Amino acid sequence: MISKTAKALDVQALRADFPILERVVNGKPLVYLDNAATTQKPRSVIQSLVDYYENYNANVHRGVHTLSMEATDMTEAARKRVADFINAPEPETVIWTRNATEGMNIVAHSWGRGNIEPGDEIVTTPMEHHSNLVPWQEIASERGASLRFIPLSDDGTLDLSDLDAIITERTKLLAFTHASNSLGTINPAKLLTEKAHAVGATVLVDGAQSVPHMPVDVEDIGCDFLSFSGHKMMGPTGIGALYAKRELLEGMEPFLTGGEMVLQVSYEKASWADLPWKFEAGTPNIADSIGMGAAVDYLSALGMENVREHEKRITEYALERFKEIEEVDVFGPEDPELRGGVVSFHNEDVHPHDLGTFLDQQGIAVRTGHHCTMPLMSKLGVVATARASFYVYNTEQEIDALVDGIKGALRYFGNGLA
Amino acid sequence: MDELEELYQEIVLEHNRKPRNFRKMDDPTCTSHGFNPFCGDTITLYMTLDEDVVTDVSFEAAGCAISKASASLMTQAVKGRTVDEAQATFGKFHNLVTNGANGGEDDESLGDLVVLAGVRSFPTRIKCATLSWHALRGALEGEETVSTE
Ligand SMILES: Cc1ncc(COP(=O)(O)O)c(C=O)c1O
Repeated sequence: MISKTAKALDVQALRADFPILERVVNGKPLVYLDNAATTQKPRSVIQSLVDYYENYNANVHRGVHTLSMEATDMTEAARKRVADFINAPEPETVIWTRNATEGMNIVAHSWGRGNIEPGDEIVTTPMEHHSNLVPWQEIASERGASLRFIPLSDDGTLDLSDLDAIITERTKLLAFTHASNSLGTINPAKLLTEKAHAVGATVLVDGAQSVPHMPVDVEDIGCDFLSFSGHKMMGPTGIGALYAKRELLEGMEPFLTGGEMVLQVSYEKASWADLPWKFEAGTPNIADSIGMGAAVDYLSALGMENVREHEKRITEYALERFKEIEEVDVFGPEDPELRGGVVSFHNEDVHPHDLGTFLDQQGIAVRTGHHCTMPLMSKLGVVATARASFYVYNTEQEIDALVDGIKGALRYFGNGLA
Repeated sequence: MDELEELYQEIVLEHNRKPRNFRKMDDPTCTSHGFNPFCGDTITLYMTLDEDVVTDVSFEAAGCAISKASASLMTQAVKGRTVDEAQATFGKFHNLVTNGANGGEDDESLGDLVVLAGVRSFPTRIKCATLSWHALRGALEGEETVSTE
């Protein structure tokens, strides 16, 4: 979806906002291409943390003193900005978590335990990150439900031809990743959600790789849950958010209990606080929630249409340049409209690990391994791949450095032919 | 020599391209599967023992240059040795890849294996170098599968 309003970003100028991009690694300028694992942070995010700790560090809620009120206002304002960022109807529908994984687990435990019945089916995809697979394996075995998978086409997209036979009256939940961290595939979230809702199923979208990279609108998609991580979208580690529809949150039991999430407590029993705090037991991650708010501000100022547009261009350029290296297989869809800024690749003679070490010597950071998608790797017939993943600060010159690096590695490790 | 060349010495690259004793064994005395969960590398190690002497050893593996070359070099180092000698070599080798070469007697007794000393500068790769040795120990101690974790 190219928006007519997308405008070219001044990448050189925005790079200056990221102090780490000045780093020299093994004597070479850092080329950071591991953004699907975690992203770099702009100065405004770093500064928001310093500002919190230097000026209004205090515990939140129920404090009557000034600092506590300031800290409370700041974290709640950050929640509101995160809610607006994904077009959630109200901030109370956004729960702070540690990361996308925790959000998925809240859904599995609080919603799954109360709603999945023996004989139900949980539908998911073969490209899920372990964090949106393992919790469902656990709940399925605990509740006597089963898992079903929408098949994968050869081009790395979902094969939707038989969808009506997979998403059926028996489907209780459809849980899928909006964008794949291994293949780059962007899944048709709205269409899948409509299909699931048509049979009365609930929908969980793993937004870990979509929310940071493209406009995501929960009202438009219509999903019931959306989970994502702050650190993959320029925010700090240790903070994430789970969006859920109000009716669902109201019907769910809390995952963790204790302080901050209760309304009234006697020695015998307790009643739960209002949303969203019912799901936020204990002192929350105040500083990093404020940092995630600052990250959202930074991204909003760039404009998510523009972020997506830049990544699409970079990815298109990378796919084009990869065609020069015939010995290397590239996974995932060829159409840049259908993929995010992730390029996973493989070569028979050079193991991804050796390639990763070789590139690191040139300051180029890529990820090598199974990317927490072991079942997908065996489906692709490899044990591991190397993966380059891009963000708004990556440039064509960095792609050139990567391609040169790969060619160098093929010569170095190959049979001395190339 | 830069660190990369120290890691991937010519002998390492050569053993990676043409690993020795890289084959399945039909009637091994013992065998073990090794797995490195960090990177997904796997190895199957086969051994034939005559009393306590390793008369034949071979492997099949999917892994990086370091793990393949290390396995290949290991098979050469333990063939013809006693079980105790093989275990002792593992101890010395482990010390080599974690602490580096010390130029002493141990290095000398390791023979070609010292080319893997460069691994020490790459902590994430030490397990690549020791995977085959873990499998060797697993086979000797009757463990069907071993993991580097
Ligand atoms: C698609 C996808 N889902 C979930 C996750 C888990 O994110 P986190 O580790 O921040 O919980 C990741 C992280 O790699 C991911 O790529």
